[in-house]
Amino acid sequence: MSMIEFNNVEKYYGKFHALKNINLKIDKGETVVLIGPSGSGKSTLIRTINGLEEIQEGNLLVNGFDLHDPKTDINRIRKNVGMVFQHFNLYNNKSTLENVMLAPRLVLKRSEEENKATAMALLDKVGLADKAANMPSELSGGQKQRAAIARSLAMKPKALLFDEPTSALDPEMVGDVLDVMRDIAKDSSMTMLVVTHEMSFAKAVADRVIFMADGEILEDSTTEEFFNNPKEPRAQQFLSQVDHK
Amino acid sequence: MSLLQNNFPTFLQGFGYTLLSSIIALIISMILGTFFAILQILPQKWAQKIGNVYVQVFRNIPLLIITFFFFLVVAKVIPMNGFAAGTIALSLYTSAFIAETVRAGILSVDNGQMEGARANGLSFGQSMRYIILPQAFKIALPSLGNQFINLVKNSSILAFVGGLDLMYQGNMVAATTFDTFTTYIVVAIFYLVITLPLSYYMQNLERRLKHAA
Repeated sequence: MSMIEFNNVEKYYGKFHALKNINLKIDKGETVVLIGPSGSGKSTLIRTINGLEEIQEGNLLVNGFDLHDPKTDINRIRKNVGMVFQHFNLYNNKSTLENVMLAPRLVLKRSEEENKATAMALLDKVGLADKAANMPSELSGGQKQRAAIARSLAMKPKALLFDEPTSALDPEMVGDVLDVMRDIAKDSSMTMLVVTHEMSFAKAVADRVIFMADGEILEDSTTEEFFNNPKEPRAQQFLSQVDHK
Repeated sequence: MSLLQNNFPTFLQGFGYTLLSSIIALIISMILGTFFAILQILPQKWAQKIGNVYVQVFRNIPLLIITFFFFLVVAKVIPMNGFAAGTIALSLYTSAFIAETVRAGILSVDNGQMEGARANGLSFGQSMRYIILPQAFKIALPSLGNQFINLVKNSSILAFVGGLDLMYQGNMVAATTFDTFTTYIVVAIFYLVITLPLSYYMQNLERRLKHAA
């Protein structure tokens, strides 16, 4: 069964047609990278999956629930689908540890003891155990993003969405964040959808690459096929413009 | 000095009623103000409308007229004394300003905070309570301090409806001693006893929260 399924999805911002007839299936445990020129609708697409953007037509099934159905409880989907943002969006009024513990406490009602143990284990995993008591303002960009990843993982999601997770980082911070993401991708039960410009990451980690332009999916192929033998002229042009050695 | 000594119980009673009215109005206006601030930022158009009408009504009518409305009109239906009428009017009037202050605070919190919280699984209410409002209040603190000080001073409208407050008792003392100048100096000092520590406390709180994060 697929974890995420778009069927003829259309999305408009007023008159602007942001997503055009999107059909896409992502299976459980798959790691899919979404690339394309800026303004192509990648971020919009990924943000529809947890309801941060509404769709106007078609249906969008996440973990079996239709997001376009008004009866669907969006909070139930968000419980199972984590999101990592370009600008981290850590809670500025909470310590790193509290950032990780808040949602499991409020939403999952996880016991305080278990919550803290899980949170500390996750912070350790992303290399931030010594920053548990620090406020987000005291962290570097790379540390913030790793804390945000730990926050998402604490909910034990079935799928994780990454919206340009390294685009706002200084170059020397990118590696650490990608390492953490690589680690997560190894977990075969985790579904990952990543919007990124990091071609080396896509090559190393993705099972599939989706190429978008002007709100359409132009190419949906295996990673090898996409990088070695892209079919669409737009994709060929895009790849020649970005460094993907 | 003898004026203060001779009328000390009267002043003290007025001081007590002013303080009580201010505390009650502060609590009610904070609750109402926060409520109407949130109404105005909800996506539902009808909620925004209600919030906006409330704020415009109570912000744009003189406090004295709101007070008379409660004392002379509402009191005919729901019996209340001047103290109650004045305190209610003061609460509603101040809450309109607090609503605007809190709303501005909420709007200045980065939108990513709400998105982060919602994507993390928190409901709208939880996101507001644990993430957005704490940051919004911190931003709004200097203007909230202003509102609180205005509130204490504005409580003097109780004097117009026999509200037994500091201003009312001052009027009484002035009328019996004929020493208006000294009387109102004493009254002013009693107001300062409330407002000065309040401003000091708000400044201190501002400083502390600034260092906290």
